[in-house]
Amino acid sequence: MQQNIETTEKPELVIETRNLNIFYNDFRAVSNVNMSVKRHRITAIIGPSGCGKTTLLRSFNRMNELVPGSHAEGEVIFDGQNLYDPMVDPVEVRYRIGMVFQIANPFPKSIYENIAWGARIHGYRGRMDGLVESCLRQAALWDEVKDKLNQSGLALSGGQQQRLCIARALAVQPEVILMDEPASALDPIATLKIEELIQELKKNYTIVIVTHNMQQAARVSDYTAMMMLSDAQRAGTVIEYNETNIIFTRPQDKRTEDYVTGRFG
Amino acid sequence: MGEAIIQSLLFLSGFFSIFTTVGIVYELGKEALLFFQMPEISLLETVTSTRWQPHTGDFGIWPLVTSTLITSAVAMLIALPLGLAVAIYLSEYATPRARSFLKPILEVLAGIPTIVYGYFALSFMTPLLRSILGRDVVDIYNMGSAGLVMGILIMPLITSMAEDALSAVPRSLREAAYGMGATRLETALQVVLPAALSGISAAIIVGISRAVGETMIVAVAAGAGPNFTFNPFKGAETITGHIVRISGGDLSYDSVDYNSIFFLGLLLFFITLALNIFSQRFVRRFREVYE
Ligand SMILES: Nc1ncnc2c1ncn2[C@@H]1O[C@H](COP(=O)(O)OP(=O)(O)OP(=O)(O)O)[C@@H](O)[C@H]1O
Ligand SMILES: [Mg+2]
Repeated sequence: MQQNIETTEKPELVIETRNLNIFYNDFRAVSNVNMSVKRHRITAIIGPSGCGKTTLLRSFNRMNELVPGSHAEGEVIFDGQNLYDPMVDPVEVRYRIGMVFQIANPFPKSIYENIAWGARIHGYRGRMDGLVESCLRQAALWDEVKDKLNQSGLALSGGQQQRLCIARALAVQPEVILMDEPASALDPIATLKIEELIQELKKNYTIVIVTHNMQQAARVSDYTAMMMLSDAQRAGTVIEYNETNIIFTRPQDKRTEDYVTGRFG
Repeated sequence: MGEAIIQSLLFLSGFFSIFTTVGIVYELGKEALLFFQMPEISLLETVTSTRWQPHTGDFGIWPLVTSTLITSAVAMLIALPLGLAVAIYLSEYATPRARSFLKPILEVLAGIPTIVYGYFALSFMTPLLRSILGRDVVDIYNMGSAGLVMGILIMPLITSMAEDALSAVPRSLREAAYGMGATRLETALQVVLPAALSGISAAIIVGISRAVGETMIVAVAAGAGPNFTFNPFKGAETITGHIVRISGGDLSYDSVDYNSIFFLGLLLFFITLALNIFSQRFVRRFREVYE
């Protein structure tokens, strides 16, 4: 009941974590995270290496439990429902919350098939050619590949592969797209393309992006969650969460300030 | 300098395996030629006749070839789907505990001497088939039992090679599929399996070669005596079965039987080669290259 009131009062909330802890066997990698993701906004997760950004991100669509020995405690509320409720099917969760990985991983299938496959397994009945074109257009890749849709997705450049992976995620029509350092393996030009693309996608999707790159977080995101290892437990946690311009101009936490101004460590 | 030595050593070892193959083919070919030079043999009769009866002077290869192909086909019909299914289970589904329990069983299966499998076919599989399908349908010696048991023998081989191929598919591909809301089965069959097909084709090729060349099981259970039939429940001698039988006793050098062995060996070699090329072609159509 309380959940319903909350979601109707603040419709912009898509994901909300409550006392979320994530473990690898006995090791607690992420501790006590309470943060939220707002609809049609870009939320960045930043922080030093090893503080649990990837782990946290992957817990939003239950990808993390594919790692043997890992489990989560606490709640991730999505559309008013706890994703970690035993009744929830993780396959369904990943259908609605898609993912783009740090290293582009297109299927060794044709460009066309890379996109069509996801739609097909979810029973898409419409015109497949139209869907493939629209996903590739949304991912700003159509003009570069329209003449070679039957070539392998692996024959593309790194940046094109990553945009193909984004297009592939769109084909499933998720509500949220999680991106784990999607541009970290790319040169500045390709990175810029991905960033523009992310801005564009914001109109129709909710995006959570992990990044190492402060400028990138400042450029693209609306909200920023700052993660850091908490001194007591050696487990990563969100130490500050706010609108991006506040995080970068007048952060509340000294550690955030040190990190975003590059004075960390 | 050191690099050059290593390189030539590696080249030599590669050359050695080619040399061995050429040597075997040469030796078989030389003796097989003697076979065709014998007055009672005509090449035309050999490749067209459906009777192989040395004591009456009939040397048509077809009964031996068909029974070899039938027993092999039955074996692959069992070994391929079963072996692939187990490999997919092991690499995509099984918990570490289930794996550590199943793999030794498969290794034991692969380590049983083939003569034991032969008597297993004769004293277990044949009675089983006869009780299911009827005594008048299934002969005591029959190609079906031998083929089925051969399938059990070959399955662990296919499983282990296919599992290696499946496990070599990068984790990132599976994650990509799961991340789109694919089920385990969709991921295994539509993403991992096609990506592993070149390794799996190697497994199929090894399996076929093993089936065509397998001797003990067919010698014991498939029947003694060439028989031109396509009914798998009849007895019929395979090429290998025939070779062991006639070479078992007092075979004199330069007799027709002696020379025919080499011809049959060469035939076996070419059947295996042809099937290998065929299956490679077939698999290449469907495979997806990930590197
Ligand atoms: N599969 C795993 N098994 C065990 N521990 C893991 C595993 N993956 C990550 N960890 C641990 O969890 C902690 C957080 O890792 P995570 O990958 O989430 O960090 P990250 O913030 O994404 O780092 P980076 O910026 O380098 O990508 C680290 O201490 C790491 O060692
Ligand atoms: Mg990471």
